[in-house]
Amino acid sequence: MTAFLSIRNLSISLQNGERILRSVNMDLARGDVRGLVGESGAGKSMIGKAILGILPRALKIDEGEILFQGKNLLNLNPRELRKEIGANAALIPQDPLTALNPSHRIGRQITNRLIDILGWSKSDAVKRTYDLLDEVRIPDPKRVINSFPHELSGGMRQRILIASAFAAEPKLIIADEPTTALDVTVQKQIVSLIGEMQSRHGTTLLFVTHDLGVVSKVCQSLSVLFLGKVIEDTSVSLFFDNPSHPYSRALLTATPKYTDPNSDLIPVSEKILNSVKEEVLRLDREWSNGR
Amino acid sequence: MVDSSRNINRKIGLRMWLSGGWLLFLFLATLFAPIISPHDPLAQDLFASRLPPIWMDGYESTYYLGSDSLGRDVLSRILYGARIALLVALIASTATCIIGATLGVLAGYFGGWVDLVISRLVDIWMAFPPVLFAILLIAVLGTGLTSIIIAIIVIDWTRFCRVIRAETMSQSAMDYVASAQAAGRARFGIMVKEIFPNVLPTIVVLLTLEMGIAVIVEAILSFVNLSISTDFPTWGGMISEGRTSVHQAWWVIVFPLITLFLTVLSFSQLGEGLKDRFDPVLR
Amino acid sequence: MPILKRLFIRILSIAVTLIGVSIIVFVVIRVVPGNPISMMLPPGATDDDILRLKILYGFDKSIIEQFFIWISGVLSGDFGTSISLRQPVLSLVLGRLPATLELSLLALLIACILGGTLSLLGTRLRETKIEGIIDGINGMAMSIPDFLWGLIFILLFGVMWPIFHISGRISPFLDIDYSTQFYLVESIVRFDLKVFADLLAHMLMPAVALSIPLAAIISQLLKQSLKETMHLDYVTLSRTKGYSENHVILREALPNAVLPTMTLVGVQFTFLIGGTVIIERLFSYEGLGNMAIDAVINRDLPLIQGIVILFALIFTLVNLLVDLTYTLLNPKLRNG
Ligand SMILES: Nc1ncnc2c1ncn2[C@@H]1O[C@H](COP(=O)(O)OP(=O)(O)OP(=O)(O)O)[C@@H](O)[C@H]1O
Ligand SMILES: [Mg+2]
Repeated sequence: MTAFLSIRNLSISLQNGERILRSVNMDLARGDVRGLVGESGAGKSMIGKAILGILPRALKIDEGEILFQGKNLLNLNPRELRKEIGANAALIPQDPLTALNPSHRIGRQITNRLIDILGWSKSDAVKRTYDLLDEVRIPDPKRVINSFPHELSGGMRQRILIASAFAAEPKLIIADEPTTALDVTVQKQIVSLIGEMQSRHGTTLLFVTHDLGVVSKVCQSLSVLFLGKVIEDTSVSLFFDNPSHPYSRALLTATPKYTDPNSDLIPVSEKILNSVKEEVLRLDREWSNGR
Repeated sequence: MVDSSRNINRKIGLRMWLSGGWLLFLFLATLFAPIISPHDPLAQDLFASRLPPIWMDGYESTYYLGSDSLGRDVLSRILYGARIALLVALIASTATCIIGATLGVLAGYFGGWVDLVISRLVDIWMAFPPVLFAILLIAVLGTGLTSIIIAIIVIDWTRFCRVIRAETMSQSAMDYVASAQAAGRARFGIMVKEIFPNVLPTIVVLLTLEMGIAVIVEAILSFVNLSISTDFPTWGGMISEGRTSVHQAWWVIVFPLITLFLTVLSFSQLGEGLKDRFDPVLR
Repeated sequence: MPILKRLFIRILSIAVTLIGVSIIVFVVIRVVPGNPISMMLPPGATDDDILRLKILYGFDKSIIEQFFIWISGVLSGDFGTSISLRQPVLSLVLGRLPATLELSLLALLIACILGGTLSLLGTRLRETKIEGIIDGINGMAMSIPDFLWGLIFILLFGVMWPIFHISGRISPFLDIDYSTQFYLVESIVRFDLKVFADLLAHMLMPAVALSIPLAAIISQLLKQSLKETMHLDYVTLSRTKGYSENHVILREALPNAVLPTMTLVGVQFTFLIGGTVIIERLFSYEGLGNMAIDAVINRDLPLIQGIVILFALIFTLVNLLVDLTYTLLNPKLRNG
């Protein structure tokens, strides 16, 4: 049986040959919530971008496939890809301050996909917007709909973006560190809001984060990424009980009670880091020899 | 990556070689104008009026680029016109540069009330549109080369002052200045010995661009008859005269126009090229 | 409220600027070394003639007196009498104003269309060869001043392929009796195609010549701004919603990219208006600029004063307009 979303052997590199993703494999079943953990620069966002077809131009895909509902997204032409993603997937971005267009009103930014891409009527879209704003617990929705982004707080904007992501009932949502840019007090609310929305809508969710605490709260399975390589792919309970990779073990001991929200997963011992790096580089050599 | 940047460098190089080459050629031609000019630029010869350039039918052997309606040799007039163009370019832009850059360095390095006074002055000056300034100045000073040169200086010194001030300020903030100050060197000495050499590239770029501006200003003013008296051959004057006889003798307007075009383009391309050379980060 | 306050401050500063300009113009012109009166006289005029003329134009009084006479005249709409044309300055200047306004606004329109198209094209085709070509054209267009473009156009489209008229504003045989001097606007309103076409055939070359340097600047600034905007998160987010590249550029990026370029374009537009002086001369177009040059050649002081002050007024108004539009378009200022 093919999974709902399945990434096979995905390798991505820069024009100059520097590798960003190294034969990444990942499977998500329908309704699954998977955490994607790794230090800054590990390539977490690139996986999300590859799925959504928004990789920066400087990057090229060397090999692999991204099977989404049985279709390989990498074989679609840009038009088909846009259509597929626009109708079935959505992104909750990292920084709510920059993810809303400053010159459009909030209402339009929630309804535009419904009306322009999915062909809803305006009144249906507006009705849906009110329901969604209620769901993400935004007070005074009427005022908010007519506001410009700069008139709202960061937490409010992230709620808007969550509402906007769920608007078209997408089958897949990618949340790319949706709380890092927010106040610590707001972070918790947003995480639980996303978890709540996910379980109500049954959406498949890929949750990119630095925070093992969040993973333990929201996710069922997780992948650990290091230097663009998946070094651990397991269920959350197995991971926290008995991580198989030395890097994961170090990670767990380094993160006090898995709850420190801002930990950057840094204090892993040099020795372990070096051994993992060597392993990755060895794989790289094999990879380039094989080409 | 490496390849394309080398490619860009080569393109910049070619651009600078071409424009530099043209300007050098023009400069030498003006120096030796009395020797290489086939005719006296002012000599009229009604029996040789509107002769075409030598590759066309009906040419006369010594009028290489033809002659105008008064029978004056186009080539000789272009060569002598270049003298005036380059003279204005050299004098006006150098003077503009000296005044503007000096004030700019002073304002940028000393700051405080010196900066305040100079910056206010620049602001007030720039609030006055350049064209109005030019009209007023020429009205007041009367026509002629000196007026043009004065007008260019009076209008354009702010261009230098602003840029050089900013550049000086950013240089002053750098470590080498602080360490020179810590070593107990005199402020004036630091300004001349340490800062000035570092803003010199910017000055050279601005100077080059200013020369192009001066050439075009001179051409425009002589075109509308506000420059040196029409007894002297100028590019703008030739263009103005050629315009009236363009249907009968296109060469009278086309050759000075091409020369003017190449010269203005060369100054600006040379200036832009130098800018890229000195400051590749800005690209 | 903030808009009204802003407007008030701007209008106040315009008044100050204009008063300043009038004083400067007045003083500068009175210190002219050559006596303008003497230039008007035929050879062999007696001292008596000179004195009478001086009295006629008020040059016999002290500078302060002259200034107050002049400024009170100005405030009541009397800018004095032109020495060379012997007509009231105000009516002369206002008679030429529409021609210059139409020319510069047409040029602005062309510059926005040309520059906007080039920048959008460059953004759409970024990181391709075409973008390099567009950058090259921009650089070239920027370093050649409008005067040279005008000459090149005259040679190409006035002489070699004579599809446009090289001088004047309208063909003399078209004997029109319009109620305003805004011929182009009025011909559109009246749907008078024949006149409209004739006007365009006269105005297109000078307008395009004026517009090219501005178009290049618009194109460069807007493309830079667009490129920066295209990297922003909300643009990326709208891609994931299923929007096409064209939509993303035009609807998401453009509105935000235009704002920062607008103020700069405003300043550049005042340069364009300044450029009309020489371009009108080149195309013998009967506007203010052409008149200004005649006035300078004839040292017609009252006329020069009038024209300079009118230009100063136009420049300050343009700046005001740009400032207001910026405020209106920017959501952060609009109801902040
Ligand atoms: N536009 C780009 N051009 C070239 N390299 C890029 C670009 N964007 C990202 N990279 C590189 O790709 C690698 C992976 O980046 P990515 O953004 O996926 O990291 P991340 O795991 O999401 O980190 P973070 O936690 O900081 O978001 C990094 O080494 C980065 O330098
Ligand atoms: Mg990231």
